[in-house]
Amino acid sequence: MVTRGFTGRQSGSELSERIPPGQHLVDNFPVLTAGPTPRIEPADWTFTLKVGTRPVKAWNWSEFNALPRTRMTRDIHCVTSWSKLNTAWEGVAIDDILADAGLSAPTPFALAHCYDGYSTNVPLADLATGKAMVALNYEGQPLPRDHGGPARLLVPHLYFWKSAKWVSGLQFTERDEAGFWELRGYHKYGDPWREQRYKND
Amino acid sequence: MTEAIAATARWQSCAIVEIATRTPAIKSFFLRLSETFDYTAGQHVDVRLTAPNGYTAMRSYSIASAPSDSNVIELAIERLADGEVSPFFHDVARIGDMIELRGPLGGHFLWPGPTANPLLLIGAGSGVVPLMAMIRHRKASGEPVPVALLLSSRTWGDVLFRDELLELERSLPDLALALALTREPATRRDDFSRRIDSAMVAGVAARLPVPPGCAFVCGSNAFVDIATDAVLALGLKAMAIKTERYGA
Ligand SMILES: Cc1cc2nc3c(=O)[nH]c(=O)nc-3n(C[C@H](O)[C@H](O)[C@H](O)COP(=O)(O)OP(=O)(O)OC[C@H]3O[C@@H](n4cnc5c(N)ncnc54)[C@H](O)[C@@H]3O)c2cc1C
Repeated sequence: MVTRGFTGRQSGSELSERIPPGQHLVDNFPVLTAGPTPRIEPADWTFTLKVGTRPVKAWNWSEFNALPRTRMTRDIHCVTSWSKLNTAWEGVAIDDILADAGLSAPTPFALAHCYDGYSTNVPLADLATGKAMVALNYEGQPLPRDHGGPARLLVPHLYFWKSAKWVSGLQFTERDEAGFWELRGYHKYGDPWREQRYKND
Repeated sequence: MTEAIAATARWQSCAIVEIATRTPAIKSFFLRLSETFDYTAGQHVDVRLTAPNGYTAMRSYSIASAPSDSNVIELAIERLADGEVSPFFHDVARIGDMIELRGPLGGHFLWPGPTANPLLLIGAGSGVVPLMAMIRHRKASGEPVPVALLLSSRTWGDVLFRDELLELERSLPDLALALALTREPATRRDDFSRRIDSAMVAGVAARLPVPPGCAFVCGSNAFVDIATDAVLALGLKAMAIKTERYGA
């Protein structure tokens, strides 16, 4: 349905191919968080890998920082409709976390857990083979607290709520179990190119 | 509940039936739903505008009206200079225009229902919109929940829903209203003439009969961070503090 009198701020065709349906470009980096911004000191930080309820391995800040580093520059897409191009991240690929824990084939699904009590579900296939990382740096600087510092999950090809801020661990599960947002109406998978914003999209 | 709500959030087109200028920068748009929906105070809708060539722009707007039997909902939209969608509403939209929206959305920033614990609501500028829905719901439902609202605005003229809030303060004995003006001196004795800070939040919380069990904070990210730190300092648990950040 055409809206009378609306033309909009349309971007050049070259960039528009990189913008999923219903999204618009921003230059800033908006912050959307459901509660207070947590304060987690690196000294108090650990990252725990579990399969089901069984802890497989935990890293403290310096152990985690000693893992191999990966860089990624990606476009990111927030469900509230902004997209940001060419964001540069550095962190530890999920593949390298799994390898360090000696876990070759965990279960097909995972829940990311966070220090603020939130969680989100992501299939293993979207975490492994170089697709995702635990990000520690953004644009060459330690990840700011507002954006999930000291560490956030980065799954850039899914809507950005899947890139859980203040991540505290990954729990591999047999079934695809809905996380905090997915229980509250958000889509279980969240592919921006298929506009999977809310349940049943 | 939320899952059922989300499952019915289909796009629908709604007629603008009324436009009201609220402040120099904020107008209310009253939209008649073609498919009514049940919502909870605090929820929002997504609005989608479509250009003749198919280009679309989508933004979220909190519902300002309290849930009721009416099929008209109120959105209050602040005009952001150089914005894509809010200037369209302010400068182009008129009564009778059809606007596409889907809702209700949001499963977190929600009126908690009849609760024994008082609520502390903190908003800045247009961030009072979902809090207004809660206060209007508090009034309409008669649920005995004491509520304190701390609302930060630039000037007296920028206080969104000012006259209605002043009237509600008079008619609802368990509503405490505190205004903070950042660019002009406050004239009401118990209001504030400064930006929000911890002492202010503690002072407003102390106007409740017992300490708040839950806080809702809405506004820009910078405002929300200051306000939530102040609420944490009151001793509330992080999970009892819900925030809605309008982004930037
Ligand atoms: C859950 C939720 C509820 C909300 N509820 C409300 C509400 O009740 N009332 C309300 O007023 N708002 C609300 N908002 C904010 C609203 O969704 C919009 O973000 C807001 O109206 C701005 O949209 P816009 O299209 O006018 O501005 P945008 O086009 O999004 O731009 C925002 C600002 O950034 C600048 N900008 C960004 N990109 C560019 C660019 N490429 N070129 C030029 N300038 C640019 C603009 O100058 C503008 O000032 C809510 C947001 C959320 C997430």
